[in-house]
Amino acid sequence: MLLTAFAIFTDGLVYAAYLFVVAIGLTLIFGVMKILNVAHGSFYAFGAYGAAIAVGLYFNQGWPAAGGFLLMLLVAMVIGLVLGLIIERGLLRLVYGKDEIVVVLVTYAAFLILEDVIILLWGTNSYALYQPLVIGGNVEVSSLILSGYDIGLVVFAAALALLVTWALKRTRYGRLLTVVIFDRETAAAFGINVTVVYTVTFVLGAMLGALGGAVMAPKISVTLGIGVEVIVLAFAVVAIGGMGSIEGALVGALIVGLCRAAAVHLVPQLELFVIYVVMALVLVVRPYGLFTRAQPRKI
Amino acid sequence: MWTRTNVLGLLAFVALEIAAPALPAWLVSLATIAFANALVVLGLVILWRAGLVPFGQALFYATGAYAVALLGRYTGIRDVFLLLAIAAVASGCVAFLVGFLLARYREIFFAMLSLALSMILYGVLVKTETLGSTDGFHVEAATFFGHTPQEGGRELAMFWLVVAISALAAFLVSLYFRTVAGALAVPVRDNEIRIEFLGLSVDRLIHFKLVLAGTLAGVGGALAAFSVGHVDPNMSYWTTSGGFVFVTILAGAGSVAAAFVASFLFELIRSIAVDILPGTWQIFLGSVLLLTILFLPEGLGSLATRFKRRGQAKAP
Repeated sequence: MLLTAFAIFTDGLVYAAYLFVVAIGLTLIFGVMKILNVAHGSFYAFGAYGAAIAVGLYFNQGWPAAGGFLLMLLVAMVIGLVLGLIIERGLLRLVYGKDEIVVVLVTYAAFLILEDVIILLWGTNSYALYQPLVIGGNVEVSSLILSGYDIGLVVFAAALALLVTWALKRTRYGRLLTVVIFDRETAAAFGINVTVVYTVTFVLGAMLGALGGAVMAPKISVTLGIGVEVIVLAFAVVAIGGMGSIEGALVGALIVGLCRAAAVHLVPQLELFVIYVVMALVLVVRPYGLFTRAQPRKI
Repeated sequence: MWTRTNVLGLLAFVALEIAAPALPAWLVSLATIAFANALVVLGLVILWRAGLVPFGQALFYATGAYAVALLGRYTGIRDVFLLLAIAAVASGCVAFLVGFLLARYREIFFAMLSLALSMILYGVLVKTETLGSTDGFHVEAATFFGHTPQEGGRELAMFWLVVAISALAAFLVSLYFRTVAGALAVPVRDNEIRIEFLGLSVDRLIHFKLVLAGTLAGVGGALAAFSVGHVDPNMSYWTTSGGFVFVTILAGAGSVAAAFVASFLFELIRSIAVDILPGTWQIFLGSVLLLTILFLPEGLGSLATRFKRRGQAKAP
């Protein structure tokens, strides 16, 4: 009994870490730009493919392990930079000011295109990146075997949460961002270059999405369609927490992660849709998520 | 009643019904599925007029399809009209129930909540063995007035039925657009508070539109199930909903006929693109969607009015 509870807790925590890393980029972009970025699923998929191939090659050379993990970060950043710039400068710039829902559709179109670009670049094979799991090893806690990589993932997600919160609250750029989140027009009136803030935010969000894919690459089989699933999951997490809220993404990820782990261990039939049930329930009680600012009704 | 659009629609309907036996078989089956899907799109047009884009309309589509398939399998009901009526009522009821929740939301939250609800159905379908799990199951051949059409005649009978139902639905929806509730869609999109000051409830208006759209989607799903002869959980997956949204954007909110034209074009494009670019036709699809949003933001339906306006502009 206690063991099951502990297993649910650890599994939930690992899953929550993964969800948080994926959702934070999505919520950041939404908070600043009010764009629900469907192409985020593609960033994730690109990150996973890039990491699986580049880091796999690196480890095959037998070079030191630490460099492999650094390379993971680097790959995600490069992919985020390239894709983020292309989509924001090339595409989204054209539709700023249109209905939110139209912009969602534009990112949906980008998502469709990127899904096939993956096929063109990497074919329909699946890739596996197993070395980080081997390097991470296993830890045994009272007959429960935990993967070292999973523990690292949780630590990494926690560090990321702290880093992002610190950057938003304490750095100059973070404060400017907070202003833009609060009110874009007022921010522009006070001389903040909102265009640049938008581009930087989108690239950062894309990097975080790719990073989510990169750190998950060792844990999944990198294959077609991974972006489709992740985007719906990330939506659910962000909607539960409140769109645009970092704390919300963290709490949402924890709720979803723990609920899913509980379902997997106790009622496996519910595994696939427990997340959406939780999301629907939360939205019934708090229509705009747990951590949202009250919005004035505009006449 | 006898407006020019209605007469043109009636002519198109009669022409399609008469021409059907002469058309090649691939075109008939393509048009059947396209028009069945166009019913779903018609429902989305109703919502899109009010600024709502559900990313989970597949919920009702799959409800209609599975209602037909399950009844055919577990009961002796084979009559196509009875099955369609049951599918319509079933999906209408589902829409009525989830409407209590959905009608409170707008914009992105509406889109996402509807997505979540459809994913719940997807999860249920995939996990339940009696509902066919991931493979889905076969739909029993339907009977028309107690008479089962032969192999070749089945497709033709389905086509006639789909076109007839499409014509009826198009007519009824265009009537609805002229009622007060229908005409209030654009004001809902622009400013809800004004409508409430008129003494009307926006939530109730949207709830009604949801039931309409859900019923249409259910009928579309049921017809698709008949014509494909198979149902599977992918009918409720969010990419299916995404496809419907795609066609809605292509069609635009301006015209009822555009929903059918766009749906037909979509199926045609898809079958051609799958032939030419197997495996990478989504690039093509995404590009068409982008070009539509950028250069034809009001959809195909706006082309007709654009020509009309140009004609009127000539008169001083």
